[in-house]
Amino acid sequence: MAVSLRESVERVSDPRNLDAGVEEVFRLMLGIECRREAGPGVVERESVTAVVGFGGLLSGACVFRSGAHTALKIAAQMTGMEFDVIDDTVKDGIGEICNMLAGAWKGKVPELAANCGLSVPAVITGRDYNLHVQAPEFQLHHGYRFGEEVFEVTIVCDGLQ
Amino acid sequence: MSEIRALIVDDSSVMRKIVERALRQAGLDALVVHEAGTGAEGLELLKAKPVDLILSDINMPAMDGLEFLRQIRAQNLAQGVPVVMITTESSEEHVKQAILAGAQGYIRKPFTAEQVKERVLPLVRVA
Repeated sequence: MAVSLRESVERVSDPRNLDAGVEEVFRLMLGIECRREAGPGVVERESVTAVVGFGGLLSGACVFRSGAHTALKIAAQMTGMEFDVIDDTVKDGIGEICNMLAGAWKGKVPELAANCGLSVPAVITGRDYNLHVQAPEFQLHHGYRFGEEVFEVTIVCDGLQ
Repeated sequence: MSEIRALIVDDSSVMRKIVERALRQAGLDALVVHEAGTGAEGLELLKAKPVDLILSDINMPAMDGLEFLRQIRAQNLAQGVPVVMITTESSEEHVKQAILAGAQGYIRKPFTAEQVKERVLPLVRVA
């Protein structure tokens, strides 16, 4: 029998799955406890954004965004090194965080895990930019905090079969 | 434990370092690590250097980890060397594909050093 995720859209778009995935990745890989937080989100002008695409029965993307300072702290926690600037290693680390967030989120729904693949991460750095996605099937946009650092994770679904 | 030579294949240099750190934290003190950023690079390394353990990502550009594993078998490289896949792909189908391609172990990202210890050490001791 062909699998359809459209009938499971409420389960697929359950916001608790994103929170659980974020908590799991940060706790296991970084040893950081983070919590979901409403608020203005990332306010630093210089920011780092990583994108991992979904393909298969669900098409869309997982987007991680943080200010530059937060990205440096995350990369430091991942590698045990200190960083002053957003270099290739920091970008690599943030891309991997987004990769794991995408995998952890889709792993919360077995049909999604089995029928949806991940792209390799793309990382964008710069100032004063925003991400726009047209007409998504659903979108989850959550802010999180650890210590003084904030970051945002967005799941965008533009197609569901 | 005598020296263990490990090949770590992942397109992320950060993840390669994280895996190495997890192996050392798992108790592999006498560890020599070879790194490859692509499956093709991994195959060339295996032709040049003997290893005791291979850990590979699955989602990599050009040649994914499953194809890398199939090529190891097809080219008769690293015979008898245990292979552990370390990946964000978590479905039973992906695990099954990895085992069918010849992997002896599977670790899902995110992972802890303890999970690496549980999944990898027994394979190395047997080898």
